[in-house]
Amino acid sequence: MQLPKALKNTSLVVGAAITLAIILCAIFAPYVATHGVEQMDMRNRFALPTPEHILGTDNFGRDLWSRMVFGARVSLTIAIISVTCAAIIGTVVGVVAGYFGGWVDQLLMRVTDIFLGFPAIVLALAIVAVLGPGILNVSFAIIIIAWTEYARVVRATTLMLREQNYVQAARALGASPARIIFREILPNALGPIIVLSSLGLGTAIISESALSFLGFGLPPPTPTWGWTLAYGTKFMRDAPWLSIVSGATIMVTVLGFNLLGDGLRDVLDPRQLSRSGSKAGKANN
Amino acid sequence: MLAYVIRRLLLLIPMAMGMVVVTFGLLLLIPGDPAAVLLGQDATPEAILNLRNNLGLNDPWHVRLWDYFAELLQGDMGRSIFQSQPVAEIIAGRLGATIELAVVSLVLATLIGLALGVIAAIRQGSWIDTATMLFAQLGVSMPVYWLGLLLMLLFAVQLGWLPAIGRGEPLHAAVWAAVTGRPDVLWDSITHIALPALALAANSAAIISRLVRASMLEVLREDFVRTAYAKGLRKGRVVIRHALRNALLPVLSVIGLRFGALLGGAVLTESIFAWPGLGQLTIAAISQRDLPLIQGIVLTFAIIYALVNLVVDLLYAAVDPRIRLG
Repeated sequence: MQLPKALKNTSLVVGAAITLAIILCAIFAPYVATHGVEQMDMRNRFALPTPEHILGTDNFGRDLWSRMVFGARVSLTIAIISVTCAAIIGTVVGVVAGYFGGWVDQLLMRVTDIFLGFPAIVLALAIVAVLGPGILNVSFAIIIIAWTEYARVVRATTLMLREQNYVQAARALGASPARIIFREILPNALGPIIVLSSLGLGTAIISESALSFLGFGLPPPTPTWGWTLAYGTKFMRDAPWLSIVSGATIMVTVLGFNLLGDGLRDVLDPRQLSRSGSKAGKANN
Repeated sequence: MLAYVIRRLLLLIPMAMGMVVVTFGLLLLIPGDPAAVLLGQDATPEAILNLRNNLGLNDPWHVRLWDYFAELLQGDMGRSIFQSQPVAEIIAGRLGATIELAVVSLVLATLIGLALGVIAAIRQGSWIDTATMLFAQLGVSMPVYWLGLLLMLLFAVQLGWLPAIGRGEPLHAAVWAAVTGRPDVLWDSITHIALPALALAANSAAIISRLVRASMLEVLREDFVRTAYAKGLRKGRVVIRHALRNALLPVLSVIGLRFGALLGGAVLTESIFAWPGLGQLTIAAISQRDLPLIQGIVLTFAIIYALVNLVVDLLYAAVDPRIRLG
């Protein structure tokens, strides 16, 4: 990837700026937040945005901006854990299926199809329902619905790379499958994996916030975006900004990861200009 | 074509079996004694023992899996733990509302997606293109339940044009009522479904519009499009009759995939708009940890999705001979 070319890609630059800003907010949350997460200010309940509370306050006078900033930690942690695991599992399945082919491929891809056959959010809900809430359980649910995408894409990439001359040459030289996979195939499959991971972070955040919205994510007092949104609906008439702000936070974050993913796709893989419609927002619905 | 249909139908069998195994596996995920966990802390020992027998927990898991298969084949999904009714009956009572919502949303999403995608493609690079793709990017990034709330806030709470929650008569009954001289019933149904369907459709409309645009741009560069122009055909005719027809193929398969996403999204949309379908039932079942009901719902969603994809694949093969012969 050449830097000058990358800087001309609007999606990439805007996406990177948004995601970087949000990641920095999450890391430095105690410094970025103007108030404590649970700090109540009873004189300023349901305050509209003011210089003191830049996004207003909720029914306990808790500062919404600070809750959003700390909420970023929760959402990003879950998204990063689940996308990392999903990418690893999917990549292993995809590379094994694509490289060895035959019945191994058939078996692994049928299993992938089965998991793809469930509406994502329904399966995630069912898993959280039996496991109970918690960061790891929510992450696990998201991993279960997310790994399939990597498996399919990595398998397709592996199939293509397997026939390349340099891979054939390595095989002719007597390189072991493990060496070919790690030295020749995986480094070249990294582009699609990075693109999918960026889009996947957005999808994971939507899934996590959907679970929290329905009340099956991390329990209060964890300031998740989804729960703040759901909680805000109780005050829809008097303080609609609670829900509007938390929803907008989710949207901007997901938009950032989607733009970043789209931009990376253009820069890393110029051949594939069209974008498969099945990816982003899958878990949204 | 017949060989393809048979092959595709046979493929459905291992797929369905796999889905049943995954659904069954949910029970194995529960840490500790499922019966005790499902009933909560206040349960009496007798109730737990009863449920253990009910769920067959005293048998080894492979026996239970076998029984589960056998019961499913007879259309028996077990009994709900908290509502003393067979799971299949409970689901059957809710299915219609969800399918109605998903189908109306799919039609909306397809129409909006096609219109925006085609307009963006024939005006590539213009501000219309930019605006459309910006809309699509927002539509993809927006949580479906948030859009639902915004729509409700605007059209129901602020403007008061549409009802915020609930459902009118089922659409097919409402259409019949309109035919027999009661158009107000149909109007009532339409006003009720408008907001949830629109909220649910937005995400798919965005995805479809991006795909239509990409697919159209590719086709518009083809030789046969140039030939059509060279023949002196008008632009509208070339775009619709020549380009769009060919650009629709990849879109068709995505529309099928979207149906699964719409079913899932219905869970969120229904909970906001109090739409009395499977989605609301899912939330209730999960809150109560009513496992047989949860399993039944998950399996129902998966099977509908598989059937829709089957229909789409067959349509695809009927339209494009390369698929069924390849």
